[in-house]
Amino acid sequence: MTQLTTPPAGAPAKTPASAPKRRRRGSGFGTMRRREKLLRYALLLLALVVTVGPFVWQLSTSLKGAGESIYTSTPQFIPSDPTFDNYLRVAETIPVLSYAKNSLIVAAIAVIGNAVGATLAGFALAKLRFRGRTLFLALVLGTLVLPGEVTIISQYVTVRSLGLADTLVGVALPTTVAMLNVLLMRAAFMAIPDEMDEAAVIDGASAWQRLIHVGLPNVRGMLSVITIFAFIGAWDDFLWPLIVLTDPQNYTLTVGLQYLSGAFTSNPRVIAAGTMIAFIPIVIVFATLQRFFFRGVEEGAIKG
Amino acid sequence: MKTQRWFTPWLLLGPALVWLLVFNLWPAINTVVLAFTNAKPLGGGSFTGVANFERMLNDDQLIYALVNSIVYMLVCLPLLLFLPLLLAVLLEKKLPGITFFRTAFYTPVIASAVVVALIWTWLLEDRGLVNGLAQQLGFLTEPLPFLSGRWLLLFSAISLTVWKGLGYYMIIYLSALGNVSRQLHEAAAVDGASPIRRFWSVTVPGVRTTMLLVSVLVTVSALRVFTELFVLTNGTGGPGGRTMSLVMLIQMYSRGFTGHLGYASALSLLLFVITVGPMLLLLRLNRKAA
Repeated sequence: MTQLTTPPAGAPAKTPASAPKRRRRGSGFGTMRRREKLLRYALLLLALVVTVGPFVWQLSTSLKGAGESIYTSTPQFIPSDPTFDNYLRVAETIPVLSYAKNSLIVAAIAVIGNAVGATLAGFALAKLRFRGRTLFLALVLGTLVLPGEVTIISQYVTVRSLGLADTLVGVALPTTVAMLNVLLMRAAFMAIPDEMDEAAVIDGASAWQRLIHVGLPNVRGMLSVITIFAFIGAWDDFLWPLIVLTDPQNYTLTVGLQYLSGAFTSNPRVIAAGTMIAFIPIVIVFATLQRFFFRGVEEGAIKG
Repeated sequence: MKTQRWFTPWLLLGPALVWLLVFNLWPAINTVVLAFTNAKPLGGGSFTGVANFERMLNDDQLIYALVNSIVYMLVCLPLLLFLPLLLAVLLEKKLPGITFFRTAFYTPVIASAVVVALIWTWLLEDRGLVNGLAQQLGFLTEPLPFLSGRWLLLFSAISLTVWKGLGYYMIIYLSALGNVSRQLHEAAAVDGASPIRRFWSVTVPGVRTTMLLVSVLVTVSALRVFTELFVLTNGTGGPGGRTMSLVMLIQMYSRGFTGHLGYASALSLLLFVITVGPMLLLLRLNRKAA
């Protein structure tokens, strides 16, 4: 258990813990008892160790030099002589930079495709009236019943017949416009009050002008959510690129990592360095954009 | 007021329509078609009737995979139903620094399953941190072979899935907790109910619907598990290929000269049959929430 020796920063001056004050706002933060607060922070820190600890251990392993034993009976979290050698070893063993580039290409296609495709379709489905809209919506909803793994084989057959087997475009293509994102963007456009739109219609604005001037400024939140989801989804994906790609030159980072650990090395330091190369960029993306991310998730943009 | 030409909506829908037809509807139909052929990964294939389905009846690996799926589901369900709820309850109070903890607890969710599985491999190997600490503290006299026994492998993968899923379901619970009546909590506290008592009789009933949603999500993802088992077993499926999942079997038949896309498609149909119930329920729950 992690011990809390000092009260957490920001804790208010000692409140009489025993005084049974009338609790007007029982769970309010001003009246929370000091003991409860300490207990909460202790549990939070314990959970932090559990959720983040393994990443720290991996980072630490990746920075340990060949001279330092990584199997000591008392685990050392701080490397005695930190070094980036293992990262160089990764680059010597597999073309890790080109794998990262491949992952980035796939993610970029997914981000742009979903941002454009889902926005246009979401707007049309939410704000325009036309024949076939209900049918289209029903079909889109219907596709959500299928887990991606069910169609992955025939997806591969399609990509192969397009001549895109073993290419990055083939990896990116099936999820370039994801139906879930179309629905999410539609929901975002539907949340814009009709009155705002009607004013534009009376002024003679075209559908395109309404999308640019009324629609887009009001759906930025959802748009950022689907692009973050698209990026993370593409960057992290493993099964689909594993099926599509055969030439090791074309691997994305996740497939390349498995290749590294499966075929080339059993040196935990080098594998640890490899995992950090795949992990750190996504953490940076996430840390930068997490504000939008959590807001979007709270709005109900939860993937099933 | 004629500001919209008839084709404008279809112009906007264009890309989505193409993707709906080519990458969603057609693969769904083609999966059924392929399941009745002996298509190979490198091309070709002809109609073979129900041969693939007959083959399924005599496939020992498939039996193992299905048993694994059931165990996976049964172990994941209670853990992922309650642990993330506890985390959410911890995060509910707006203490200083709480945003940091929320983000940190979510980190395993955004990491690739491959990255996490490789971290697990290092943690669980014979001389890894877990075995080391357990021996140091006297829980074990010799290392447990987490990565080589059939069941130990399965449970290692389950522990990974649970750990990686904590933050995901925590966020779902967190937004549900906002709706649990504060008055009810206060009334219970005034009546002298202990925090544990309040958790069971106020919090849990308050997030009942969300718990249903979470259990469906956990069920579906347990049936779809792939990466954890693939990476932990280094693609082999464990001793004798017995620590496989249905999706791992599908992937196995998708490649190389020994591959069999027809049989893989038949297995995909089986996956569909198993998951369609929970998926429909999920769709209903989501629409009700929206």
